[in-house]
Amino acid sequence: MQVPAQFAYAKAGSVDEAIALLRRHGPDALVVAGGHSLIPMMKLRLAEPTALIDINGLSELTGVAVQGDEVRLGAMVRHGEVLDSPVVREHFPILADAERLIADPIVRNRGTVGGSLCQADPSEDLSAAFSALRASVVIRSADGERVVPVREFHHGPYETAVAHGELLLEVRVPIRAATGSAYQKIERRAGDWAVASAGAVVTLDGDTVVDVGIGLTAVGAPHFVAPEAEDALRGGPATDDAFAAAARVAAEHCSPSADQRGPVDYKRHLVGELVTRTLQRATARARGEA
Amino acid sequence: MTSIDDSRIPGVQDPAVQIHAEAETPRGYGSMKRKEDARFVRGRGRYVDDVVLPGMLHGAVLRSPLAHARITAVDTSAAEAHPKVHAVITGETLAGLGLAWMPTLSNDTQAVLATDKVRFQGQEVAFVVADDKYAARDALDLIDVQYEPLDPVIDARRALEAGTPVVRDDKDGQADNHIFDWESGDSAATDRVFAEAEAAPDQRVVTADILYPRVHPAPLETCGAIADMDPVTGKLTLWTTTQAPHAHRTLYALVAGLPEHKIRVVSPDIGGGFGNKVGIYPGYVCAIVASIVTGKPVKWMEDRSENLMSTSFARDYHMRGEVAVTDEGTIRAVRVDVLADHGAFNATAQPTKFPAGFFGVFTGSYDLEAAHCAVTGVYTNKASGGVAYACSFRITEAVYLVERMVDVVAHDLGMDPAELRMRNLLRPDQFPYRSATGWEYDSGDYPHTLQVALEKAGYEALRAEQADRRRRHEAGERVRLMGIGLSFFTEAVGAGPRRSMDILGLGMADGADLRVHPTGKAVLGISAQSQGQGHETTFAQIVAQELGISPDDVEVVHGDTDLTPFGLGTYGSRSTPVSGAATAVVARKVRERARIVAATMLEVAPEDLEWHDGRWQVAGDPEASRSMAEIAMAAHSNLELPEGVEGHLDATCVYNPPNLTYPCGAYVCVVDVDPGTGAVDVRRFVAVDDCGVRINPMIVEGQIHGGLADGVGMALMQGIAFDLDGNCLGGSMMDYLLPTSLECPSWELGETVTPSPHHPIGAKGIGESATVGSPPAIVNAVIDALAPYGVRHADMPLTPAAVWCAAQGRPLRTDLAIT
Ligand SMILES: Cc1cc2nc3c(=O)[nH]c(=O)nc-3n(C[C@H](O)[C@H](O)[C@H](O)COP(=O)(O)OP(=O)(O)OC[C@H]3O[C@@H](n4cnc5c(N)ncnc54)[C@H](O)[C@@H]3O)c2cc1C
Repeated sequence: MQVPAQFAYAKAGSVDEAIALLRRHGPDALVVAGGHSLIPMMKLRLAEPTALIDINGLSELTGVAVQGDEVRLGAMVRHGEVLDSPVVREHFPILADAERLIADPIVRNRGTVGGSLCQADPSEDLSAAFSALRASVVIRSADGERVVPVREFHHGPYETAVAHGELLLEVRVPIRAATGSAYQKIERRAGDWAVASAGAVVTLDGDTVVDVGIGLTAVGAPHFVAPEAEDALRGGPATDDAFAAAARVAAEHCSPSADQRGPVDYKRHLVGELVTRTLQRATARARGEA
Repeated sequence: MTSIDDSRIPGVQDPAVQIHAEAETPRGYGSMKRKEDARFVRGRGRYVDDVVLPGMLHGAVLRSPLAHARITAVDTSAAEAHPKVHAVITGETLAGLGLAWMPTLSNDTQAVLATDKVRFQGQEVAFVVADDKYAARDALDLIDVQYEPLDPVIDARRALEAGTPVVRDDKDGQADNHIFDWESGDSAATDRVFAEAEAAPDQRVVTADILYPRVHPAPLETCGAIADMDPVTGKLTLWTTTQAPHAHRTLYALVAGLPEHKIRVVSPDIGGGFGNKVGIYPGYVCAIVASIVTGKPVKWMEDRSENLMSTSFARDYHMRGEVAVTDEGTIRAVRVDVLADHGAFNATAQPTKFPAGFFGVFTGSYDLEAAHCAVTGVYTNKASGGVAYACSFRITEAVYLVERMVDVVAHDLGMDPAELRMRNLLRPDQFPYRSATGWEYDSGDYPHTLQVALEKAGYEALRAEQADRRRRHEAGERVRLMGIGLSFFTEAVGAGPRRSMDILGLGMADGADLRVHPTGKAVLGISAQSQGQGHETTFAQIVAQELGISPDDVEVVHGDTDLTPFGLGTYGSRSTPVSGAATAVVARKVRERARIVAATMLEVAPEDLEWHDGRWQVAGDPEASRSMAEIAMAAHSNLELPEGVEGHLDATCVYNPPNLTYPCGAYVCVVDVDPGTGAVDVRRFVAVDDCGVRINPMIVEGQIHGGLADGVGMALMQGIAFDLDGNCLGGSMMDYLLPTSLECPSWELGETVTPSPHHPIGAKGIGESATVGSPPAIVNAVIDALAPYGVRHADMPLTPAAVWCAAQGRPLRTDLAIT
């Protein structure tokens, strides 16, 4: 029967109170954001937190806004808000592309940016997108705040830089000129987790790729990125041949595992295909063509 | 109780949101909105889980984590010590009552709670009864079961190899995993045609190995029951999710030794069945035992994973098809060899004499010289399989086999699959037609139905577009490949004639009773149980048509064995063919009784009356007539009736169908396939169905829509594979994918109408046509799209990975874990 084990519940009124509540309820207390990863795990009893600290009311954690040369997304920003945000659409089409493919409207209305990153599911889409964008996150503990690059945030499947008693506050994404981005995902059905996804961020100087970020999910890429492929492309020409060559490098270096979504060779092939396609799309967008 | 103000429900007053134009209530047949929907859309349905009884306890099932293991010890003491736990029932408890094993619908035995071994992952091991469902679930963790793991039998193709562990060592004399051999057709005659085809220079034999993988009906509402044994009256009331309440009542009486008149089975609103709720599951029996043990009502509702992992699966047919065909494309004979994976217990629901269901109709819609099939059933360490999942008793597998084979033949001959079908379809003048395997097809005009579908699809234009895309693909352009797939199916539904069809000895005839109240309003009692088919509307329309009253004036009562006549229930598209026929016949009986009363009222002889425009009228005198309401009042009044006429109009009947009904249809599917990723997009789907007379066309279309969506699911995403340890890889809705509206195109429906001569109103079953007919059309379309890669066949589900692997020439084996 899918019913969770017993747990205590407390609603936090502020970030500081949430951190205090986490400490008070001990090491097996968890914050609940949208609950769309945590609650299903509790019902399956894969997670049995002793207490849930609800951070849904915290206005400190909301909002998408430009701050200087960054865009700041609060941890409690819902997937749906990211999808609808004009700021996101203007600067980071990769996020809008990804959000359109995450779950379904019901999940997107509740699931949050912070919850997605902290869940650190190996098939999670936003991690790949934020890694491609070289975003960073702000984490607060009782001792203060620190900023961690997303590319150092994940310590492995379901493990992140957020320690017990800490809260992820926001994600900061740098705005770059002459840059385009795109995300693509292959799924067996709308709302399914990725068979494989790739995201690309391309910064151009004329026809030269001056910088590039390539994010991957569901294919065992450490930190959700393909650094070898980025290195192969950076400084080179923005041509289909160069993209295909970089895509081959990405396919070679990731380490997918076989499951009912497909065998390893297929997933590697998909990485090549999707990296090529997203690099093309990102480049077209950087040129203002798409 | 607060009443709902309709004007505040968004959309209710807004004609723009109505899916269909407001249908006026017709007097008889015709589109009208479903009478039952008002309560469903307003949240007033009453499902088993909505039933709450005073003092009710809650049960939970402990399940095996292993696929095959010997149980060496079960320690329930910690669970029993839980303050909220009332009882813990184990296999040993049940063995003491003689209930550890129960018979299945196929006359096999199935463990209620395991005693000796567990035989599949998710098998029932113990049952906890507690104050609430949370405590029941908590207590499951307190039961300590010691298992000694055994090698599981997972790959059905190796189940009969020497040295394979024996799954059913509980059965006397069972030394291997063989269940049955069954065959149909004339083997010698078929072999002769094949020998000729092999020898002739202008003929050939086309062969393909085709798997119809294991799928699950996955109804929205999972299975469950509330057992309430009244210790004073000794009467057991069982609210339960059953598609066959009467059959279940009889089986409980036979198995548990309870007197049948002291058992009331109530199947309230059912949230989808699709065959999943035909069988009796261990949880139901445990709830009954628990109610007897505790003296209180006990509710058990399984969760989603329990439903997917432990209740009956469907299909799992490994088929080798062979077709003898001339080079011109005349199909002469079909030969099929099937290995059927039935899981750990043979719990298949089908008429007794048909261990492979109606697979014998694998000759499809074609005129063959000869045909033969041989089916071998085997045990494996998987949940028991073989239940009807909207498949009309294995016709799904049969139609898939023949329609896939026809496309393989077209591929090998380089022929257009539409032309090949047209060439071989039965002609209208051949009906009634006796097939090579002995089925009597009632009626149809197959070439016409196919023609209607091809025209509706714009078949030639589609082929032209496809040719253009292929040219561009070959020129190296990045284009999606287009595939066009056809299927032409014939079903045999409405089981069935008592002389040949029964389930565990219960003949498949259905009763109906019809009471007409003094004011002319009617109450129809039927044994069929709706799980969404719209019986409350359709059956009211049948009565309305026969009695000249409004369907709004007919209440349909079903799902309660104390209130309805005996019959075998709703599955295999049998409700309209059997219970619908019973309804028409009982209404005609009432009409004849009404004739006598009307004759008395009009002071003429009954023979002088004719039924005209819904009234009994004196022949040649339109002024002298009586309506059913007038007649009903008179029948209950002090009007003096002729000698021997008792008064009232009520009647009962039992309908024993003379034959099955044979709906057919032609489907055309168009897909776009991305060759780079293997992703499939169903662009269009044209479905032209012939189900004879359509009682409520709107409901018929709804049934077809659902079945088509189901077909998209089976063809493209639904699959329950097992790894070699026997772990079920489809045990949640994240793994077992049901299609959404995004995967379904806007269905394009058409119809032809060929009434059945073997049904009182000419209707044929429609509930499963689309589930049966759509998977081959979709698969044929995908394989057609992959023609530039030389693909001839690939097994369902055609996930992006399966499509890509097929294009690489390494098709996936979809019944096992992908490695
Ligand atoms: C049907 C379905 C399909 C889905 N499909 C996809 C998909 O295709 N792609 C995809 O990427 N995701 C998918 N998801 C996941 C979805 O995006 C989740 O909502 C998301 O991953 C978690 O966000 P949440 O706000 O619900 O987190 P919660 O479930 O509330 O929390 C998840 C974890 O993060 C922790 N946490 C949450 N917020 C914070 C914080 N601010 N600080 C520290 N810890 C925190 C929680 O303690 C918990 O451990 C799917 C989910 C469902 C139910």
